[in-house]
Amino acid sequence: MKVQVKYFGMIAEAVGKPEEELELDPGTSVSELKMNQVKSYGIKDPDSVQIAVNQHLNQEIELKEGDEVAFLPPFAGG
Amino acid sequence: MQGAIPPEKIATSIANHQSKTNIGAHSIFLGQIRADEIDGKTVSAIEYTAYEEMAETVFHEIREAAFSKFDMTCCHIYHSLGPVKTGEICLFVFTSSAHRKVAIEACNFLVEEIKARVPIFGKEIFEDETHQWKVNS
Repeated sequence: MKVQVKYFGMIAEAVGKPEEELELDPGTSVSELKMNQVKSYGIKDPDSVQIAVNQHLNQEIELKEGDEVAFLPPFAGG
Repeated sequence: MQGAIPPEKIATSIANHQSKTNIGAHSIFLGQIRADEIDGKTVSAIEYTAYEEMAETVFHEIREAAFSKFDMTCCHIYHSLGPVKTGEICLFVFTSSAHRKVAIEACNFLVEEIKARVPIFGKEIFEDETHQWKVNS
């Protein structure tokens, strides 16, 4: 199944691109994808990284075809 | 909005509310870029980026929450995207109500919610053009 993954801020900088489409095994969970990307791109301080699936934060779910997964570093608005 | 929020926009916003005579109080919060010194280097600007679709949704939720919690007449929020130099304005929150307490409390609520919940990211650019990523305290 395909999911769209978006990276922001310092994570986009570490990854070297703002987004990519990934082919994942059916049943891949949010935390599995997070661990995988943290490892392959050397994303620092993974505990501070929040994941939004279809714009909803921190859901411990299995991903589905077509989901939009965003890797969000600490917020700095204001 | 793209770039710094011009002070004239704040004046115009106030002027636009003068015909609404049920308002007795406005509260305004302005976020300004500080020239922090970090490890001997001085911040010259912050470049803001956002997960824009989600940021729009969260801004909408925060506004709705503020309207259900406080008896506001109106409420406006503007946040910069892109580079904003030190001394310039990057956040403008404007609440209006019949009475001051509601306007002030609603404004505080909105600012705290924006800082905690909106996916906006800030790159602090130093005078020597190196950078680091800002984290809200």
